[in-house]
Amino acid sequence: MKIRTLALAISMATFGLGSTVMSTAAQAQAKEQFFPVIVYRTGAYAANGTPWANGYVDYLKLVNAKGGINGVKLSFEECETGYATDRGVECYERLKGKGATVFQPLSTGITFALTEKAPVDKIPLITAGYGRSESQNGAVFTWNFPLLGTYWVGADVAIQHIGKQAGGLDKLKGKKIALVYHDSPYGKEPIPALQERAKMHGFELMLLPVAHPGVEQKATWLQIRQARPENVLLWGWGVMNSTALKEAQATGYPRDKMMGIWWAGAEPDVKDVGMGAKGYSALTLQHGAEPGSKVVKDMLAMVHAKGQGTGPKDEVGSVLYMRGLISAMLGVEGVRKAQERYGKGKVMTGEQTRWGLENLNLDQKMLDGMGFAGVMRPVQTSCLDHMGSSWVRVHQWDGAKWNFSSDWYQSDDKVLRPMVMLASGKYAEEKKLTPRTPEQCKQ
Amino acid sequence: MIYRENGQFKTSYGADQQIFPIAQDRYLVLAIIAFAFIGVPMLADEYFFRAILIPFLILSLAALGVNLLVGYCGQITLGAGAFMAIGAYAAYNFLIRVPELPLLAVLILGGLTSAAMGILFGIPSLRVRGLYLAVATLAAQFFWDWAFLRIGWFTNYSSSGSVSVSNLTVFGWDISSPVNKYLFCLAILVVFALIAKNLTRASLGRQWMAIRDMDVAAEVIGIRPMWAKLSAFAVSSFFVGVAGALWGFVHLGSWEPAAFSVDRSFQLLFMVIIGGMGSIVGSFFGAAFIIILPIFLNQFLPALGDLFGIAISTAAVSHAEFIIFGSLIVFFLIVEPHGLARLWATSKEKLRLWPFPH
Repeated sequence: MKIRTLALAISMATFGLGSTVMSTAAQAQAKEQFFPVIVYRTGAYAANGTPWANGYVDYLKLVNAKGGINGVKLSFEECETGYATDRGVECYERLKGKGATVFQPLSTGITFALTEKAPVDKIPLITAGYGRSESQNGAVFTWNFPLLGTYWVGADVAIQHIGKQAGGLDKLKGKKIALVYHDSPYGKEPIPALQERAKMHGFELMLLPVAHPGVEQKATWLQIRQARPENVLLWGWGVMNSTALKEAQATGYPRDKMMGIWWAGAEPDVKDVGMGAKGYSALTLQHGAEPGSKVVKDMLAMVHAKGQGTGPKDEVGSVLYMRGLISAMLGVEGVRKAQERYGKGKVMTGEQTRWGLENLNLDQKMLDGMGFAGVMRPVQTSCLDHMGSSWVRVHQWDGAKWNFSSDWYQSDDKVLRPMVMLASGKYAEEKKLTPRTPEQCKQ
Repeated sequence: MIYRENGQFKTSYGADQQIFPIAQDRYLVLAIIAFAFIGVPMLADEYFFRAILIPFLILSLAALGVNLLVGYCGQITLGAGAFMAIGAYAAYNFLIRVPELPLLAVLILGGLTSAAMGILFGIPSLRVRGLYLAVATLAAQFFWDWAFLRIGWFTNYSSSGSVSVSNLTVFGWDISSPVNKYLFCLAILVVFALIAKNLTRASLGRQWMAIRDMDVAAEVIGIRPMWAKLSAFAVSSFFVGVAGALWGFVHLGSWEPAAFSVDRSFQLLFMVIIGGMGSIVGSFFGAAFIIILPIFLNQFLPALGDLFGIAISTAAVSHAEFIIFGSLIVFFLIVEPHGLARLWATSKEKLRLWPFPH
């Protein structure tokens, strides 16, 4: 009885103590540009979420090591979501009160939830390579920035590449292409773009959903074995990707006929399968694994050599690490651009950063100067185009590492632009928003 | 000393049968409600409203609904998440297809749709019970998960399968600010808690409890099991459905079926078990425990580490959160298998004798 009362008393006291500890911790703030870091280092998608988070945080550390943004140092705080939407919203609410510059949730589900909140709180949302495809239209989605590419871009380029391999897009007529997708907003995003292309070229699109987290795929691959589609597109994340490759191996589906989106084309996806994944190719969001690039060398010299690296050293330069790094870079460059207008060496608000992101103009010279030579191509955003670039390459797994296997592609604006305008117009109508006019954009 | 009913004489049946016969209880509850309506909006900040209080209020309502079915009628359900989803998607469809309807009517219609589905999926309870019934209700969970993912009509053919609502007003009162959202949820919760409390004290609730305690005996004294069980399913699903609609409309604003997955069903069942089966106040305790504790741990552990100069990594905090949360569940269930509500009742008993326990 004594122990029981004691334990009860302790748990009550912890609650009391906790609230005081937390209120003191919240006060420590200086004149720094605060970057909230929403991550998932635990849960079903941890293997993929961790390198991204490490790259993101490492880049912020690198900027600090180089003296900050025109002298303004960066501060950051991580919040763990476990890829759950409700925890993501909680993290957003927790970190936004600390003067958040820009949010990058790395989850399409969380992006959908935050799209409603960002305009109210005046905090921009960068979703580099994910999120809502129609949010490319900045006139309606003022606060969303799907920089570098959306899933519609991915779907469009995937079909272009398959067409090129088949010897022309007209050769796709009558063929079957299967989409194996994560059954969530993330996996469903490419469907409209693929359907549009299917209508244009007369191929048949097979839709094969896989339930979260994606370890149950026996039935899906049985269907593929029966229907024998010419190509399989893989829109998976985390453990779903390696499972799909193992199932393809088990059913004998040729891996070189499989192509993944850029979230299904990193080391954690293929490492376990090793040689079994040989020939499997995936789209890249401009960059692949870049261990030889200058920014990675800088990172190793200025951050990791001083023992400040966030993750293990050998992970630096891997695909998802680079994705996190580039995502952070885009946020930082948005702030830098905003400083040009609102005062160099000052801390930017979310609203000012938004202007910076909308007027981002990273030409090749600047990118090369930052150490992204050979990694990235120029990015230029505008009011109507919040994506800034749609350059995509394809890389292929040779059993040990990723090698680029194609030239640069760009999505076909003639196909996608009307879709973006239609979908964003529908959104504006639903939400009773008036799209910004070109005059309003200039402000 | 302070908590005694000495000298409180009841002179009418009404006074004897009121919800809180002891005056101190009555004043305490009234004070808490008054504080929730007036004090909290003045004290809490936006984070507190959006991340803690609103989810707590909405899931309390859902837990209340589950408690009516599981705690009062003894029918175990693992389909609560599905009924939340039905409430949310039905309300969404009423909202976009009949735009003239006011928000309150939309929420109630969502709840009613959920109640109708509750009756349908409650039919197996007439034949199977206990764990077998839990499995049967799990079917509802999987069926509706599937339906909301696959059938485009429910999501108005949204390409991503995610639906959203905004610009909510209740009779001209704009509820987009966190304070107003909180007040709206609180008002609904107070009304529903009152309904639930009174239902359980009335003939219907007594029938449920009779069925729970021994269904054969209940049938012998003239209680119709079909009526009792199906009404419990209907009322419970109605509560859960309204909570689901609020979760989608007020808390998330934009949601996908994953927001109402089987995890949610388990979470609600655990709230009821930890809070106290067959207790209205237990639903609140359970919801508070399950919602607030993990968030609290997640913030408290790094702060505690800072105090001693240790930096704890995000992943370690997250793991520690699960470990401590899990062990606390085990601890409370061992200390008091009847839930936090019983702990509350015991402490009240002790308070009556304080400061001279015999």
